[in-house]
Amino acid sequence: MKTTAATMTVEDHASASRTGLASAFFALILGVGIIAVTGHVQAAALHDAAHDVRHATGFPCH
Amino acid sequence: MFARIVTSALFAGATAGLLIALLQYAFVQPVLLHAELYETGTLVHFNAAPVSAIQDVSGFDPMRDLLSVLFTMLTYCGYAMILVALMGVAEERGADITLRNGMIWGLMGFIAAHLAPAFSLPPEVPGVAAADVLLRQYWWFATVATAAIAMWLIAFHFTMVGVGAAIVLLLLPHIIGAPQPAEFTGPVPTEIGALFASRALSVGLAAWIILGAFCAYFWTKEGEAA
Repeated sequence: MKTTAATMTVEDHASASRTGLASAFFALILGVGIIAVTGHVQAAALHDAAHDVRHATGFPCH
Repeated sequence: MFARIVTSALFAGATAGLLIALLQYAFVQPVLLHAELYETGTLVHFNAAPVSAIQDVSGFDPMRDLLSVLFTMLTYCGYAMILVALMGVAEERGADITLRNGMIWGLMGFIAAHLAPAFSLPPEVPGVAAADVLLRQYWWFATVATAAIAMWLIAFHFTMVGVGAAIVLLLLPHIIGAPQPAEFTGPVPTEIGALFASRALSVGLAAWIILGAFCAYFWTKEGEAA
């Protein structure tokens, strides 16, 4: 259901804000996960492929 | 909201990442390749014969350089995911997200994710001596997290207590100290190491400002489309 700001009740606002926070939280975890894989995981294939980027981006590399 | 965050972060991260990869290829990669000549022993510093400071390190290595482009785009997609998520939270709490203040978000991101850890763990030129990588990574994540909280406090809780806590959070990791090597063994001339560190940080600054602007642009654009 599409709710406009004018018709939103206090409860609607509170629940929208809760799902908003949950969405932001999951996106944040996803982002940290991507950074860990591209920048930090030491598996040889990943390390070699990402080597130059890790150095240039200031991640601890070796 | 999750779809809006992910869509705008992927657009911002991929487009900004491509530009950032070009900047790194033009300004950071040649310094890294020059350093690798010393790391591998092709050139030896302080040998009997002086070594020319000019070396030909040009040339395009398709596999290596295209992987770098891909991983730069992925890395900045990860950062974009975090930045856009925080923009979303700030907007829900009443902040305006615009193209111009997106650049300030980017600057704050640079301070948190690049400058703060570099204060005690400078960007590493290949061949440098360093402490155990896992310990450095723990310290890196902790430092970036505390610096990011500090940036949030300065931006949204600009009170005596908020700024005081931010200062403590910014200083603490460096007072505790980053893991350092027991001895120095780097074979690369200091001139190259210094140039590498300043190039990595400067390109990082440009990268984050581009990323912040793109995140704000795609976030507001996706908001209008919804």
